[in-house]
Amino acid sequence: MKFVDEYRDAGLVNSIASEIKKITTRQWNIMEICGGQTHSIVRYGLDELLPREITLIHGPGCPVCVTPLELIDRAIVIASLPGIIMTSYGDMLRVPGSSSDLLRVKASGGDVRMVYSPLDVLQIAEHNPGKQVVFFAVGFETTAPANAMIVTEARRRNLTNVSVLSAHVLVPPAIEAILSARDASVNAFLAAGHVCTVMGYTEYEPLAEKYNVPIVVTGFEPADILQGILMAVKELESGSHRVLNQYARAVTREGNLPAQRLIREVYQVVDRKWRGIGTIPSSGLDLNDNYAEFDAAKRFRVDTILASESEKCLAGKVLQGLIKPSSCPAFGTECSPDHPLGAPMVSSEGACAAYYRFRKSESHV
Amino acid sequence: MSDQISFSCPVPLSGYDKITLAHGGGGSFSYKLLHELIFKYLNSEPLAMEHDGAVMDINGVKLAFSTDSYVIDPVFFPGGNIGELAVYGTVNDIACCGAKPLFLSLSLIIEEGLPVEQLETIIASVKKAADRAGVVVVTGDTKVVGHGKGDKIFINTSGIGVVHANANISPRRAEPGDAVLLSGTIADHGIAIMASRSGLEFQTSILSDSAPLNDMIEHVLKAIPDVHVLRDPTRGGLASTLNEIARSSNTGMYIDENLIPVKEEVKGVCEILGLDPLYIANEGKLVVIVPGNAAGKALDILLSHPLGRQAAIIGTVTSDHPGMVRMKTSIGTNRIVDMISGEQLPRIC
Repeated sequence: MKFVDEYRDAGLVNSIASEIKKITTRQWNIMEICGGQTHSIVRYGLDELLPREITLIHGPGCPVCVTPLELIDRAIVIASLPGIIMTSYGDMLRVPGSSSDLLRVKASGGDVRMVYSPLDVLQIAEHNPGKQVVFFAVGFETTAPANAMIVTEARRRNLTNVSVLSAHVLVPPAIEAILSARDASVNAFLAAGHVCTVMGYTEYEPLAEKYNVPIVVTGFEPADILQGILMAVKELESGSHRVLNQYARAVTREGNLPAQRLIREVYQVVDRKWRGIGTIPSSGLDLNDNYAEFDAAKRFRVDTILASESEKCLAGKVLQGLIKPSSCPAFGTECSPDHPLGAPMVSSEGACAAYYRFRKSESHV
Repeated sequence: MSDQISFSCPVPLSGYDKITLAHGGGGSFSYKLLHELIFKYLNSEPLAMEHDGAVMDINGVKLAFSTDSYVIDPVFFPGGNIGELAVYGTVNDIACCGAKPLFLSLSLIIEEGLPVEQLETIIASVKKAADRAGVVVVTGDTKVVGHGKGDKIFINTSGIGVVHANANISPRRAEPGDAVLLSGTIADHGIAIMASRSGLEFQTSILSDSAPLNDMIEHVLKAIPDVHVLRDPTRGGLASTLNEIARSSNTGMYIDENLIPVKEEVKGVCEILGLDPLYIANEGKLVVIVPGNAAGKALDILLSHPLGRQAAIIGTVTSDHPGMVRMKTSIGTNRIVDMISGEQLPRIC
């Protein structure tokens, strides 16, 4: 397929891999932020092609995985109310809350629907004037502008039966949280190409400067990821720490300005709890006061939910890149995609699910 | 920041106490439902073979018997409708037992309100498909349920056929050294359905591959009596079928991503939606497993059949990693092709 096969060319991939081997002289830990990149790395076994000195650490960039338990429980409670149509994107429906998930609400008679586009939500609302349609909005900066259109369009079309439960999260505060942690061991980052398509990469420049880490905006295909790693290693080996753009075919330094305007118009930056990690200051997006009438958290008063997580699984460590999924004692035994203990085992972008699907034989057969 | 870190995750949600759609997805949930619930009570010898149909000896005649229900949404899809699907699906299951399909039953569960004109189109398709496949509908049943109690129309077909002389087809017969062949491009049916399903309407020219495989199978069996396994990779796709064979035969499958035919347009839709064509349904494709030395001959036969023009040898059966499917990726690395958990869901971003 044109514009995809070029980046999956075995010759190109192997030549970049040998270039990386040639220039690597020391141990480097490189974190790919995005779950989509983790998926590609594990699916294509890209880490097998790297020299031993380079360790890839899988970052927290799986929006489904980091959505806090309290918010999932809240979505489940709202979805169980009479007269509600709960909508969200695929994987979000399967993520376990404290005692249920949205698919179970559906199996018990709730109206839970998977949508493919924010505009589907508006269509459902228009077709069901007697119902309240709630969209459980997850994702990083990539999906925030399109999801913002739900409320701007709902206002324009005078739809009063639409609301949004926002679980949006932001990448730069997560990078800062990882770098400022006591046991920080990441030497360089591959930033998420799609996030930067919207946001550009100016906000990464102060981070690279402050923590002396190169950050390479990177795409998702095998050749993209290896080239991103090559650019990061070149920076590290030469003692430099610039922000570079590997994904120039999609990303500009300034990003998509109209999309950014839409984000500013609809959302406000809030502190957000990340599942398995903790609260990261200024790392989330909620609807702002101007759009408060569309905020499902305000429209449907749900008693404060205090959800406590068991200590069974080590998703928190996985999400911070402190351990590999296969090092978790529950991996492949108590925890599998059929019976996930944690969200990273649910989403196709979750590191645990990627390891389970593509390489479980190496740890558990 | 690190002070706030809690290494925790939710309490385990043990097995589902209600049936979910994932149990019908053809992946690991379906597999568990069969093995942990249904086989607990029903354990006849033919059932235990876990074949597409049962093979039974009646007074020296080996009969193949199979049944399948069709609940597809939408009922009319690009390249076909539920009527022909219901015929070909059961015909193919019987043919994959190494048998010549002969007779079908047809059972209709119709939702109140279905336009008669649509029902007529469906039944006309049943007739056309039965003629094409060389089978006769010999018995049937019709039920009507109230509005909202069904989804337009559900169809069940059962069928019987006579096993070809000398054929001994079983998923348990895959052996190390065997070759794995595929009769053509994968994922056409599933993508054609998805593209026309409500909520995801986009224009493609992809048609369902729905077709009867019995004629092609007959050609293969005539030339190579020692075919080990025949399977049509329907629900759950090629990946689930190969996993099932690997588990039944306790062998490993090793396939090559570059050798698996996928239409460019299908690849494109899969890329957009974040789906893996290996897990997407087919309705007119055949997996053939034969001894390694018969691979070339089998390929020639498939290629010479109108339904096998894009056939390929896609891998081998191995004694390594029994029960598992591994794949050489397009860039030359290796990965597992696991059975899918539940249904494939489009990605978020």
